[in-house]
Amino acid sequence: MIKRSFIIVGLLVIASMALAACGGPAFECEDPIGCVTYGPDEPIRIASALVISGPNTDLGTDSQYGVEIAIDFKGEILGHSVELQAEDDGCSAEGGQAAGQKIVSDPTILAVVGTSCSGAGVPMSEVVSEAGYAMVSPSNTAPALTDPDQAFNPGYLRTAHNDKVQGKAMAEFAFNVLGVTSAAAIHDGDPYTEGLARVFADSFEEIGGTIVEFTAVNKGDTDMRPVLSAVAAAGPPEFLYYPVFTAEGGFLTKQAKEVTGLENTILAAADGMISDAAIEAVGEAGEGMYFSGPDLSFSGSVYEDFIATYEEKYGAKPISVFHAHAFDAANMIFACVEEVAVQDGDSIHIGRQALRTCLYATSGFEGITGTITCNEYGDCADPKISVSQLNSGAYERIWP
Amino acid sequence: MLRRLQDVNVLDLVLWVFRAVIIVIVVWGTIATLIENPYPAQTWTETIVAGIAQGSLYALIAIGYTLVYGVLFMINFAHGEFFMSGIMTATIFLAQPMSETGFLDNYPVLSLLLITIVTMTVSVAIALLTERVAYRPLRKAPRLVPLITAIGASFFWQYFFRGLYGSEVKPFPQLASLAGKVSLGGIVILKTHIVVIVAAILMLIGLYGFVMRTKTGKSIRAVAENKDVAALMGIDVDRAVSITFAVGASMAGIAGVLYAIVFRQVHFFMGFIPGIKAFTAAVLGGIGSIPGAALGGLFLGMFESVGPGLFLEGLGIPAPHQLKDVIAFTMLVLVLIFRPQGILGERLAEEKA
Repeated sequence: MIKRSFIIVGLLVIASMALAACGGPAFECEDPIGCVTYGPDEPIRIASALVISGPNTDLGTDSQYGVEIAIDFKGEILGHSVELQAEDDGCSAEGGQAAGQKIVSDPTILAVVGTSCSGAGVPMSEVVSEAGYAMVSPSNTAPALTDPDQAFNPGYLRTAHNDKVQGKAMAEFAFNVLGVTSAAAIHDGDPYTEGLARVFADSFEEIGGTIVEFTAVNKGDTDMRPVLSAVAAAGPPEFLYYPVFTAEGGFLTKQAKEVTGLENTILAAADGMISDAAIEAVGEAGEGMYFSGPDLSFSGSVYEDFIATYEEKYGAKPISVFHAHAFDAANMIFACVEEVAVQDGDSIHIGRQALRTCLYATSGFEGITGTITCNEYGDCADPKISVSQLNSGAYERIWP
Repeated sequence: MLRRLQDVNVLDLVLWVFRAVIIVIVVWGTIATLIENPYPAQTWTETIVAGIAQGSLYALIAIGYTLVYGVLFMINFAHGEFFMSGIMTATIFLAQPMSETGFLDNYPVLSLLLITIVTMTVSVAIALLTERVAYRPLRKAPRLVPLITAIGASFFWQYFFRGLYGSEVKPFPQLASLAGKVSLGGIVILKTHIVVIVAAILMLIGLYGFVMRTKTGKSIRAVAENKDVAALMGIDVDRAVSITFAVGASMAGIAGVLYAIVFRQVHFFMGFIPGIKAFTAAVLGGIGSIPGAALGGLFLGMFESVGPGLFLEGLGIPAPHQLKDVIAFTMLVLVLIFRPQGILGERLAEEKA
């Protein structure tokens, strides 16, 4: 009897020792804002939050393609595949809030590529930042988002240029190249459009021009004649810059041609209106119009591969401007995952703060949009701005 | 004296102060603007004409709200979608192909006629379908039920047409014969604005004649008065209601064509804001009244267009045009405080209110 219980106890002791040896020391998360663990065969999950519905669909879909291609090119990270969960930012504050809430309710999501629109980026970066996630936007350009006194939240970065650069470039182009001395700017209250219009106006005045009117319309407005008449009455300006989106931009372009005093005013918009949908929306009225935007004359073998894959996979040339920035944003995240992931058998653990620290420390990263180096507030772009002109239904790069 | 003061309710006092503040701001702003005079005469005429044209569109859409309310006492929030559905369809299947083949510029009158017919047909079909499927089974239900159903129907049609035609902005071609401006007695006006204003006036007069002079119009009025008695008198109530929806939707269809001619851009979401504005116009003018809807639409269009420049410019408020909706709705509140029944509305009996 005693002998039998001794054997049982002995067996139990051996069994527990064997189990302990198998498990090894358990991973302890020391990251201040938590860790994400992916077990064997579990994919690394990232989310996108881009505008994939509404009039600005082209802008977001194009970026989403960039992320998808980045995932295809990457294949696996430390033996784990990468899975994308695509959300819609709706190009609005409400849409950004909703997409953000949905993403942070899923603890297996590591990071976000988004948003498309700065208006969505402001509330979303707040939600995402508070939950400890990291987000890299391919196309938010509003200066406020990386300004610690305004809307900056820790965990937010972007590979798109800051509009401080774009607005200044457009002002220089108008003043130095076109030789105009008076200008007006119209925005629609969105952080992106307001920020850009503001920087344009300030820079234009700084280099010696006059801003005759700085005003705004509403998103969703259709009748722009009253505001355009007010602009005409204030000058009329030689140059009118309205960095808004497709729907309002279409109305402004068509109606500007019909308002007394603005017949000869040079019209210009920004990267929110560089898409096939925008060409259709402005129609003949947009002929000869100028557009500022990121310089897309990229080169290099990776970019050629990227474009070839894009055309093969989606059956069209890139439909908007930020696909390359989205590709770089995704790769920036992948590079940091590789760097900070702790391997544990077939599982990996990633500290959220470690990931953030690594992203902000990105320096000299060779992307297809240029050499990416982030500052402490998340501005990572290698900003190159160009101006193109709409000639017979196609954008033609004319400056610099 | 003291006793009379005691009778004054705090809420009434607050309302009076509110009215006074709005009126002071409006008058002050207007005077300041007029003294400062930032705009030349041409700007004012352009703004006023744009306001009348916009108001005409609101008036045409508002008719649908007012007719349906008069007959069924329900707010048909899907009405904006009747406006959108017709012109979206006509743009994609008629206007764009016709523009590409050059038919549009060779036969502008015939093209416009075809576009109008198709637009009205689609709008009316969508309206009748909605009425038959979503509203008729609920006619005896409590008042809130068809209201919520209407909001649901509105979303349904928006996303139905989005699925059908895609979410991009669709351009509506410019008619060469309607491009440019003409001078009328020294006032330079866009040709498209003239078309809109004239068409809207003709349609409104025609509609008023239809409701007041024809037998069908009489049956609609009888049903509006009292459905049960009308049925006893041998009027087919279902038919009268259907006709009401059809008439409202055909007006919305015309408004759609005029909208496309002026703005040359259509979109699946285009019915939402004009729908809300037209509803506002109907309430402003006195819901249930046809001349009221026309007047309300005109007022709203004018307030939106002229208001920011006239009331706010003088106060030195930056970007006043961004506040045009605030002005339009403040005017609505102001009118309703002084005249709860709307400009031309009759005081509604308990049963109808």
